[in-house]
Amino acid sequence: MSDKPRKFKGGVHPADSKALSASKPVQTAPLLGKYTVIVHQNIGASPEIVVKKGDVVKKGQLIAKAAGFVSVPLHAPTSGTVTAIEKCPGPACVSVPAIEITADGQDDWGLPFEPITDWQNTDPAVLKQRVLDAGIVGMGGAGFPSHVKLSPTKPVDTLILNGAECEPYLTADHRLMLEQTEDVLLGAAILARILGLKTAVIGVEENKPDAISKLNGVAGKYNVTVQELRVNYPQGAEKQLIYALTGREVPIGGLPMDVGCVVQNVASAVAVVEAVIKGQPSIERITTVTGEPLVNPGNWRFRIGTPVSKALELAGGVKYQPAKLLLGGPMMGFAQNSLDVTVMKNTSGILLIPAGQVSQYTSEPCIRCGRCVECCPMDILPATISQAVENERFDWAEQLNVTACIECGSCSYSCPSHRPLNQHFKRAKAEILAAKRKQQKK
Amino acid sequence: MSETETTVVQLPDATQLVVSNSPHIRGGETISKIMVQVMIALLPAAIAAVWFFGLAALQVMALCTFGCMAVEVLWKKAAGQPTDSWKDGSAALTGLLLAMNLSAGAPWWICILGSLLAIGLGKQLFGGLGYNPFNPALVARVALLVGFPQLMTSWVAPQPGKWLACDALTGATPLAALKNHCSPASISDLFYGNVGGCLGETSALALLIGGAFLLSRKIIKWQVPASFIGTVALITGLAHHFNPELTPPALYHVLAGGLMIGAFFMATDMVTSPMTANGALIFGCGCGIITSVIRIWGGYPEGVSFSILFMNALTPLIDRYTIGKPFGYIRIKKEAAQ
Repeated sequence: MSDKPRKFKGGVHPADSKALSASKPVQTAPLLGKYTVIVHQNIGASPEIVVKKGDVVKKGQLIAKAAGFVSVPLHAPTSGTVTAIEKCPGPACVSVPAIEITADGQDDWGLPFEPITDWQNTDPAVLKQRVLDAGIVGMGGAGFPSHVKLSPTKPVDTLILNGAECEPYLTADHRLMLEQTEDVLLGAAILARILGLKTAVIGVEENKPDAISKLNGVAGKYNVTVQELRVNYPQGAEKQLIYALTGREVPIGGLPMDVGCVVQNVASAVAVVEAVIKGQPSIERITTVTGEPLVNPGNWRFRIGTPVSKALELAGGVKYQPAKLLLGGPMMGFAQNSLDVTVMKNTSGILLIPAGQVSQYTSEPCIRCGRCVECCPMDILPATISQAVENERFDWAEQLNVTACIECGSCSYSCPSHRPLNQHFKRAKAEILAAKRKQQKK
Repeated sequence: MSETETTVVQLPDATQLVVSNSPHIRGGETISKIMVQVMIALLPAAIAAVWFFGLAALQVMALCTFGCMAVEVLWKKAAGQPTDSWKDGSAALTGLLLAMNLSAGAPWWICILGSLLAIGLGKQLFGGLGYNPFNPALVARVALLVGFPQLMTSWVAPQPGKWLACDALTGATPLAALKNHCSPASISDLFYGNVGGCLGETSALALLIGGAFLLSRKIIKWQVPASFIGTVALITGLAHHFNPELTPPALYHVLAGGLMIGAFFMATDMVTSPMTANGALIFGCGCGIITSVIRIWGGYPEGVSFSILFMNALTPLIDRYTIGKPFGYIRIKKEAAQ
């Protein structure tokens, strides 16, 4: 690969606001008395609960098993008793089933798996089964089951590790690459073995020079190439990352494997190392807790099931009332209406947005300035599609390839008329999908 | 124990939290910011106009700007809609652009009538900002040109620095002089603006400064002025090369008349020009061809306004046929073929 930082077409440049937490080393959150593990954390089918109220569980014990291929199992974040299986606030502001575990304070590992230290000579199928058993998902935000990506049905020649972390504010992956550099690279090597590849490439935005130089220092040992990426949102979107690194375009509606690529988040790679080498399932993750209203923003290693209120307490609470609480970054994250929602496997950030940045906008007519067209990383026409949606012409929206939209929000970000473009596209996609389902039923 | 009690951690009040769709941060660009920047870009040309034509130029600009804002408010009031739309700056900008298309000697009622035509006929009749197919200022200019040909084609001769003595002389514009086979103005006069014409037709230098500002702020697409001016230069250059009698050299055409203000400020109007980069190229080329044809072979000395209005009408078509292929589209086709 060349030394020149790579980029994709389009994109926007929001203020990155990463300085709030970028220099804060990862701290391990203290053990809580109670964890509420949301059952459906992954894209695909919700896992089936295999424990009942009153059961005593060990740390790492299976509490819900995968229901189908595109699904992952769930494990207890600590040892203790299952005290409730009921609905709790979910990430989409609706209540979802969750398993409440009251800790016994022992934090006893009931290691469900044998550590595999000699992974280089282990059958790739065994390693892949381990990734599935450990319940690893894409930890960058999407939560797509990792083992599905590792089972391509088409020939794959490139493994890409996603260390772009293009969302403003978030620094969890940055700290991870800095503090667990070798783990990230070892994870890449294990993933490469599963895919039958010898090498991997890791893409990192050039605003993390310390992480890049540290990775470069040891990357050779693991046959991994480190590629600098230009700072440009959404650089970390899978299709944009593949294009920047390989020049290949993932077809609309297609998957990375259609162009011979598999992309895994760096945090997922570290989770793979923990699953394979230590035999530990995915029960914790590094999350950035940040935002201007916080007293002490930083990065923490949380158990899955940690309530957001506890995370905010660790960050010192707030100096003033924020306008929004988000899970994820400011461009694609989800606004929350409860502090009781809990950390999930894909919670890369807990972000508080001050009132100054959240004004109420009245959407004005499109003045056809073309900023959205210029910045759209998928090269569609947001302004025109939005007008189609306003007129309820979803057929027209489909013709204009609204289904290619990756919902990165760059268009809404750049619109001087404050039009709810991203919202329009989400609606159009939902309507198109509903119409298709209706047709299939007939 | 007491320490933990004194340092009470304040948590956000969940009932006060706003829930809305992503993205949760915005770029901070607004319509009024764009309009204000275009007006700033017109400042050099406005100053040049006052320098060459005196305070009468200032009067025309003030009348048109406030006229357009007043018409906007009155129209909205009459239509029973919120009247605060003048605050977005688009009406004021239309007024300023209209003034740039009038002579310093334009009587007050021409300014007011022009404002009425621009905002009423050009903009609000179609539904207001964002919905007008034609550039409002040009609609007014052309309507006035057709309705009052005498008034609209008599120009005040420039008197640099003489602020009050503007109504003394009248003269022809450089392009009109050419049509009538008079001696044309010198290139340097054209560049600095020491020629007769509309307020915005004089100083190419001032317009270039404004245009450079707009380009640097990414408010206009470079494709429009580049292809517009480029096409005019090419066609008039070729015509001059093969028949020097027919028309003056390309540089003269580029600097004279309304080409500079047209290419940088009128043709680049966002609402009425194509959204895509390729569309902008086609749009600019079309403007250039029509302008050149009118200037060389047409009955009018100047064709910039007509060319832009004509291409405005074609904008929806251009937009439709320049929709690019989305990211990842080519491969679907290829695979489908296999």
